[in-house]
Amino acid sequence: MPQIPTLTAVQLAEAIASGQTSALEATQAYLAAIEKLEPQIAAFNQVLADRAVQHAKNIDAKRQSHQHLPPLAGVPVAIKDNMCTSYGHTTCSSKMLANFRSPYTTTAVAKLEAAGAVVLGKTNLDEFAMGSSTENSAFAATHNPWDTDRVPGGSSGGSAAAVAARECAAALGSDTGGSIRQPAAMCGVVGLKPTYGRVSRYGLVAYGSSLDQIGPLARDVPDAALLTQVIAGHDARDSTSVPRPVPDYTAQLDEPIEGLRIGLPKEFYSEALDEQIDDAIHKAADAYKSAGAQIVEVTLPHSRIDTDEAGQLSSYAVACYYIVAMAEAASNLARYDGVHFGHRTDEPVGDIIELYSKTRSEGFGEEIKRRIMLGTFTLSSGYYDAYYNKALKVRRLIANDFTEAFKTCDVLLCPVAPTTAFKLGEKTDDPLTMYLADIYTISVNLAGVPSLSLPAALSKDNLPIGMQIVGPLFSESTLFRAGRMYEKVSNVARLTPALAAC
Amino acid sequence: MIDTKETVTPVIGLEIHVELATATKLFCRCRNRFGDPPNTNVCPICIGMPGVLPVMNRKAVEYSMKVALALGCQVAAFTKWDRKNYYYPDLPKNYQISQYDLPLSSNGYLEVPLADGSAKKVRILRAHLEEDAGKNVHDKPGFTGVDLNRVGVPLLEVVSEPDMNSVEEVMGYARAMQRLVRWLGASEANMQMGHMRFEPNINLHIARGGVTYKTPIVEVKNLNSFRALERTVEYEIARQYAQWEADPDGYSMGKLQKQNRGYDDATQQTVFQRAKEEAHDYRYFPEPDLHPVVVDDEWRDEVAATIGELPLARRARYMETYELSFKHADALTQDAPTGDLLDEAVKGGAEPKRCVNLLLGRAAALANERNCTIAQIGITAGGLAELTKMLSAGDVNATASGKILEKMIAADDSPRQIAQAQGLLVVRDAGQIEVWVDEAIAANPQAAQDARAGGKKQKRAFGFLMGQVMQKSKGAADPARVKQLLQQKLGP
Ligand SMILES: [Zn+2]
Repeated sequence: MPQIPTLTAVQLAEAIASGQTSALEATQAYLAAIEKLEPQIAAFNQVLADRAVQHAKNIDAKRQSHQHLPPLAGVPVAIKDNMCTSYGHTTCSSKMLANFRSPYTTTAVAKLEAAGAVVLGKTNLDEFAMGSSTENSAFAATHNPWDTDRVPGGSSGGSAAAVAARECAAALGSDTGGSIRQPAAMCGVVGLKPTYGRVSRYGLVAYGSSLDQIGPLARDVPDAALLTQVIAGHDARDSTSVPRPVPDYTAQLDEPIEGLRIGLPKEFYSEALDEQIDDAIHKAADAYKSAGAQIVEVTLPHSRIDTDEAGQLSSYAVACYYIVAMAEAASNLARYDGVHFGHRTDEPVGDIIELYSKTRSEGFGEEIKRRIMLGTFTLSSGYYDAYYNKALKVRRLIANDFTEAFKTCDVLLCPVAPTTAFKLGEKTDDPLTMYLADIYTISVNLAGVPSLSLPAALSKDNLPIGMQIVGPLFSESTLFRAGRMYEKVSNVARLTPALAAC
Repeated sequence: MIDTKETVTPVIGLEIHVELATATKLFCRCRNRFGDPPNTNVCPICIGMPGVLPVMNRKAVEYSMKVALALGCQVAAFTKWDRKNYYYPDLPKNYQISQYDLPLSSNGYLEVPLADGSAKKVRILRAHLEEDAGKNVHDKPGFTGVDLNRVGVPLLEVVSEPDMNSVEEVMGYARAMQRLVRWLGASEANMQMGHMRFEPNINLHIARGGVTYKTPIVEVKNLNSFRALERTVEYEIARQYAQWEADPDGYSMGKLQKQNRGYDDATQQTVFQRAKEEAHDYRYFPEPDLHPVVVDDEWRDEVAATIGELPLARRARYMETYELSFKHADALTQDAPTGDLLDEAVKGGAEPKRCVNLLLGRAAALANERNCTIAQIGITAGGLAELTKMLSAGDVNATASGKILEKMIAADDSPRQIAQAQGLLVVRDAGQIEVWVDEAIAANPQAAQDARAGGKKQKRAFGFLMGQVMQKSKGAADPARVKQLLQQKLGP
């Protein structure tokens, strides 16, 4: 029996079901890994060891009494700390919610637990999921297990780093503009941003409501497929979740898709893209070609990336995304005012306005304030048409581009991030550059389509390079199978950073 | 020659907020009920906890459609939700889910009956649905409490055009709206429970010397009684006229601006709150957590089919077919079930006018005592029909019928059974009546003598003896028979 943290979630669930190991052993092995690695990684905001152990014991008792075991029985997982749980804290890595306890549990988390997963703890993120490096946390910056001087990406950096460092078997993250896929790419793990509406958002602390989706971060494609299988489906508590049956994502996973047509959006392969990444994805395309796939060039005109004379990048998609997301965020975050829950200023206040302003000034970090101000501005009377309304129009154009592209191909193969993981502190003083870390991922959220991020290669300096496979609405099955095709021929599947090697 | 003729025309529009009588709130499944202890009808959704999402209550949309259709409004085939952003402690999300540019319905009218018998058509601009806010409670000095029981209660906002030109029209409109929403079962429209709130906008068009002056429009928020509405409109008409008169040219030069004023119940006056320029910027945008509402023909027709006869149509029918007075017809069409009771009883053979006398007599008095509608006192149409028929046949008299009606509330017995048990059936047995007549004459010789004597005392004495006989019979003797016998025995 190999060491527990080297197993994938699927393998571990099998080992527990067959009695080779137990849920308790698995949980303890991961708790030990957390204890050993957290000083270097800081992936977790809170580890719920006692609860996890108790839950694991319950599962073992169930197995011993020969009860039917659900598919993830005993598999230790981590949850991004912007999903409400009725146990532990739900902080969103913000001072505003540092002591907040939710009275209820997120639907996706409850489904995961109902499937037998053991929740080890809540992982770090950029405050309220706003950021691309997990440095915007009120508590600590998370470090990349491949190089602890570097960021893990964000905002689901805690979940991605925890999976990469083998501090958990799998994790849940949330993706508003790339927050699952970009850290997955930077940490060398697999992440899925499901179709908007495929997974219930109930319990996910809202950032950009029309863009947010919960999805898995996992060691490999079969794990990601299994987790998606468990969390997907209609939820009566989320009107935007879609009442459409969930197909069996794990069936036919290992069967290659015959005659797969892969589109390469020409706009994404420009000088803005790091040469090594460009190279890695084209090699991946070659591998697909060898496996019988057809490679076609497609166009996503409204996701075009322009470079000005000073080398500054810009894109309609980025502009559109930040207007929509910030407007929604400004409204979603209005409830944190010190009146009903969360942080309230200790300073004396003269009136309610002062209570609001002091509470919010103290409770929110700089990036949150910036986005609230921008969002408030773009919705203001006299500016609405110029910004928000125009952004909605651009959003439709971007979505139409995808529809058009999928007339000539089955999936798109795209970069995830313009660079590999950057150094901590490298971009914190330049918010605009930080925003451009999402340049390849946000169109997908604007269009609502699903996208699977998976490792493509390792860079010369031993950092993971990711790629994303984007498909039409509700094409998750295709994405998993296409991802699995590459995983089988590549040498980077289930790669482990040295630090995590047992 | 200078034209000194002056006309003053108040121009008044009214927004009415109606809390709908759904069992649960608009976006969560908390109970929609007034008067419970603070913060007991709440859940994570309506108090805006992190991560929660709204789910629309279809019944609230149907009630709104029902009112809109009864107002002759067009119900939009596609309507959406928007967020109205503002900070207030009774609004826990700090935004209200409302409808901005695509309201549920628009372009209707309400016919307002006026005292002179005419009717005024007041146009409805739009009627949209939104969630109510909670309530700030100032019951301890130095503290403000927040009660969130009301937060999320469905609120229909009906906006009229500024078509009303007098206090009477405003009050008539407000009362007609109350009657309509009650009629449709869409709201209890109980003012004490805050089910209806008014926001009038008022200005004056003053024509003098060939020039028309328009005073700045004043909006008054949150009036929660008819009295407050009436006082506000009266006060504003007088105040705006006085202010204009002090400086008519100031108006023509646009010196004064639109403003919001509040009503002070103690002084019954309005006070300045803020100029329109300081108005909130609500930063409306489409609510991303909810799908737009698509109303297809089938759904709309389904709701339309539940509306039935409207109060004004029914009132006209009562005047026409039952030949009731306006007053009686109006009284019977304050709510739907009372008229339904009448119609059912008539269908069961009751003579309409007698039935109406029963309803507006003893039944109305009982309803008044119980602070409910006539239909709510608990009599059945079948019982009412039977009692009316007994009256028509002379089996009971009017006094007895009132007593029987009262007993019908508590008992399952039929009116006839009650009448028999209580000895309230009219006694037509001549022998028994003669015994009572003889006894009365014997016991009151002076009166008998006066009656026989004729002259000015005769009429009174006769009436007295009549009364004595009726008393002996406990009201059950047939009065015609008594009179006949008395005349025989005391006649010349
Ligand atoms: Zn509620």
